[in-house]
Amino acid sequence: MMNLALLVDFGSTWTKVRAVDLDQARVVGSAQGPSTVATDITIGLEHALARLHAGLGHVPRYRARLGSSSAAGGLRMVTVGLVRELTAEAARQAALGAGARLVGSYAYRLTRADVQEIEACRPDILLLCGGTDGGNRDIIIHNARALAASAYAGPVIVAGNRDAADEVAGILPGTLFCANVMPSFNVLDTDPARARIREVFMNRIVHAKGIDRARGLLDDVVLPTPAAVLEGAELLAAGPTGDDGLGPLVVVDPGGATTDVHSVGESPADSGVVRLGLPEPHAKRTVEGDLGMRHNAASIVESCGANAIAAAAGIDVAQLHALLAQIAADVERLPESAHEHALDRSLGRAAIRLAVRRHAGTVETVQTAQGPVRVQRGKDLSRVATLIGTGGVIVHAPHPRELLEAALADRGDPFSLGPREPRLLIDRDYALFASGLLARVDRRAAYELARHALRDATSEASEVSDTAAAPDARSTHAAGSSASSPSVS
Amino acid sequence: MQAKTLVTGVIGADTHIVGNRILSTALEKAGYKVVALGALTPAGDFIKAAIETAADAIMVSSLYGQGEIDCRGFRDLCVEAGMEDILIYLGGNLVVGKQPWREVEQRFLAMGFDRVFPPGTRIEDVLATLAADFVARDRGERLDATLPTPWATRQGAEP
Repeated sequence: MMNLALLVDFGSTWTKVRAVDLDQARVVGSAQGPSTVATDITIGLEHALARLHAGLGHVPRYRARLGSSSAAGGLRMVTVGLVRELTAEAARQAALGAGARLVGSYAYRLTRADVQEIEACRPDILLLCGGTDGGNRDIIIHNARALAASAYAGPVIVAGNRDAADEVAGILPGTLFCANVMPSFNVLDTDPARARIREVFMNRIVHAKGIDRARGLLDDVVLPTPAAVLEGAELLAAGPTGDDGLGPLVVVDPGGATTDVHSVGESPADSGVVRLGLPEPHAKRTVEGDLGMRHNAASIVESCGANAIAAAAGIDVAQLHALLAQIAADVERLPESAHEHALDRSLGRAAIRLAVRRHAGTVETVQTAQGPVRVQRGKDLSRVATLIGTGGVIVHAPHPRELLEAALADRGDPFSLGPREPRLLIDRDYALFASGLLARVDRRAAYELARHALRDATSEASEVSDTAAAPDARSTHAAGSSASSPSVS
Repeated sequence: MQAKTLVTGVIGADTHIVGNRILSTALEKAGYKVVALGALTPAGDFIKAAIETAADAIMVSSLYGQGEIDCRGFRDLCVEAGMEDILIYLGGNLVVGKQPWREVEQRFLAMGFDRVFPPGTRIEDVLATLAADFVARDRGERLDATLPTPWATRQGAEP
């Protein structure tokens, strides 16, 4: 009898399920159903499970059944801080690291217009920060009062100046507190806030969104999907015991609406280099809201120029605009013609290049009276050992390497701290989310699972490339369907 | 009473960090809470750090002779950020060449710095002045920055 775990991702379009053999640390079955969060989330899940179990040939007793969710808009959060580049930025990083989708970020005093915006967008969670410990109290107290007087009734997590905590608790009863995201100047401590956000997500948000209806079929929905991916990436980098993983790595995921970049690793500055700005988190996630393959295809073109995108796709600008109009009219559309596929790859390369460039830091030489000085801003990814691509446009491309190479530092750009010579891998099975979930119950199996699932990006296209018309079309494949190319060792 | 918070740093494209480190350490030893920004600090970063930490004073160093350019508008930035009354000190090699100290001091006082210190100032003098200024501020008073001070007397003795 196999020792199996069931891992489920409730996405905005699909409900993906994976059965994992914990002893072998392999995906033994994959399936998907529609996303039915708007009606009853269990319908899509039952659908997917029926397919999975048909493929497996039986209904197993699972040792663990865990889920992640990005359905119903994902974990929608608003962050509030004091100085934009300091606590407001720390608050943003904490929320992104917890897997949130930021629907608003505010700095300084909340104005009446700000409060109206927050009321209108009704975030799932609001993270209120401001002031170092012992620092500014006035602004966080003002902002707590503004929120108390507002119509926003959702959960508020406070991770600001601890000297203001008692007063804020009096103003906003029922508020949850955790350690300051910036306890002293330019010191980031976002992990307590990340943990608190995930806790609120698991205990309250999944209920509010109706995701907990799946509890009869699952043990728990534990994480927002992006947080599961980030945890999978952290495990892959560190290894199950903390020192035997793949080392520093980057994951890039160009999606329909946004492009996510996750990086795991320290950001060492060379000696003699002066660092400016906030310290970089070990596990960092950025979300580029203007770089999406479908909802934001036009804004990718805006950022890169129509001529460049068209030329890279081998089409002319008129054709480009016709195809963009077609995408705008139907964002669910999947590429069919050769031109559409070529355009998708061109958009994908552009999104990957820009998203990783924005995620990575820069180093420049500043001339001073004492001679040249090197100044570093942001995270140094130049020594990253592994770059992993995921998402439909990469995994369905005939040559995924061509897309992933867009993430590498431009050799002609001496200022870039982008990845230089990483090994290029693809996560074709969306194994990272599964690995991040499985890490909750079995770190070693979770690590092996991700390691086996990653494929070298230069390998020949696999059996899934011809079914690119339906992402994750392996739904009907079952046991061992993804073992065609050599796994990473 | 809670310890006062001070922001220190070297302004502009200036990499001279040693004196500023010594100053920051001495201030910490004297019981202040010090937020040390280090070398190559843009004026705006002093202000941002002071807002977030609710600092009581900002101590700006400039050692490379370009202080006049870097410090212009510093008080305006404080006013803009809602800290019109924050105590701001400046010290170092503020100008190039030999210029009478009184003129140099006046130039920077006119920019809105509360105290301006010449090269060679002793740490004890800074600590004593800072303590006196804080006592006066807590009483709602201001000390006259142009009154004779120990360093000015010493400096005045030079040709």
